[in-house]
Amino acid sequence: MTFFSAMIIPIIISIVLFIGLKEKKNVYDIFVDGAKEGIKITLKLFPTMIGIFLAIYMLRSSGFIDFLVNIFSNVTKFFSIPSEVLPLILIKPISGSGSMAIATELMTKFGPDSNIGIIAATIMASSETTFYVIALYMSQAKVKNSRKIVIPALLADFASIISAIIFFNL
Amino acid sequence: MLNYLWPIFIIISFVFAIISGNIENLNSSIFESIDSVISLSMTLVGTMCLWCGIMEVVKNTSIMSKLTKLLKPVILWLFPDAKYNKEALDNISINVVSNILGLGNAATPAGIKALESLKESSNDKLSLSDSMMMLIVLNTTSIELIPTTVIAIRQSLNSQNPASIIIPIWISTIIGTIVGILSTKFLIKRSKN
Repeated sequence: MTFFSAMIIPIIISIVLFIGLKEKKNVYDIFVDGAKEGIKITLKLFPTMIGIFLAIYMLRSSGFIDFLVNIFSNVTKFFSIPSEVLPLILIKPISGSGSMAIATELMTKFGPDSNIGIIAATIMASSETTFYVIALYMSQAKVKNSRKIVIPALLADFASIISAIIFFNL
Repeated sequence: MLNYLWPIFIIISFVFAIISGNIENLNSSIFESIDSVISLSMTLVGTMCLWCGIMEVVKNTSIMSKLTKLLKPVILWLFPDAKYNKEALDNISINVVSNILGLGNAATPAGIKALESLKESSNDKLSLSDSMMMLIVLNTTSIELIPTTVIAIRQSLNSQNPASIIIPIWISTIIGTIVGILSTKFLIKRSKN
C-alpha cells in the first residue's frame, strides 16, 4: 500500500512528460509557464484563509466548538463518528475554506498521521462544497423545480464520510 | 452571508471565552491562526506551482482528448437522454476530465456550457432534466486524481508520507460518487412512475 501510494505522483508526472516529449512539445517552457498560475491561486486564497482560519481558531480556543460537540455527542456515538470531526462534517457541504481551516486545525492538534488527522484529511478532500456547487449550477439553470437534487448530493457526501470513518476504524 | 456569519462567529467566541475562562487561549489562538495560514501557504504555493505546471503540459498535449474519448461510454450511460446532443456531451466530457485532473478553472465553464445546452434540448424548461441532475450531482462529488491542497496541508504539518492519503481519498470519493449516481438514477426512475 505504501509502495503503491508512493508510485502515484511520480508515475503521473513521468507519463505526462513522456507524452509531451513524444508530441514534440517544449515541455520545460510549458511547465515553467504553467507553474506561475500556482502563485496566483495561492495569493488569491490567502486573504480568505486569514479570515476563515481566524474565526475557526477563535471558535475552537474559546471552547465553543467543544461545547457544541458535547451537545451532539449522542448522535455521533450512534453513527460511531469520532466526535472531534463533527464540526468538519457540518461545515464541509457549506464552505470550502471553512472545512480547510477545521481540517488543518484537527491535523495540527492530533497530528497529520493520527487516525483523526487522516479521517479529517479524507473528509476534507473527498467531495466538493456541495451547496456551493448546487447554488452555482441552479443559478445558471434558471429553473423552478430542482427535483430534490440536494438529496442525492448529500447522500453522496454522507456515504464518503462514513466510508472514510469505517476505513480507519477497521 | 459571510458578512454576518464571520463577525458573529468571532463575537460568540469572545463572549464564550469570557464565560468559560478561556480568554488567554483565545488571545493566543489569534496569532496561531495567522502562523498556521503562513506556514500552510508556503507549502501550498509550492505544491500548486508544481501541479499547475504539470497540468499546463497536460493541456498542451492530446491527453485531454484521449481521456475524453476513453470516458465516452461511461458518459453515455450516465446521460442517456443527451445521446444526440453532441455539444452537451463534449462539454460534459471536458467537465468530468477537468474535475478528475483538478483543473477547476476549466471544469466550471465547461459544466455551465453543458448545463445550458442540456436546457435547450429539454422539453420542460421549468425543472431540471435528468441529465442536468446527473451533471450537478457529479460536480458535487467530483473525483480528483491528486488532491493537491490536502497533500500540501499534510506536508506543512510534517507528515511522514503526505501523499499516502491519496488512496483513502480515492476510495471514499468513489464510494460517494457511486452513491450519488445510483441515488440520482433512483430519483429519476421514481419520478417517471
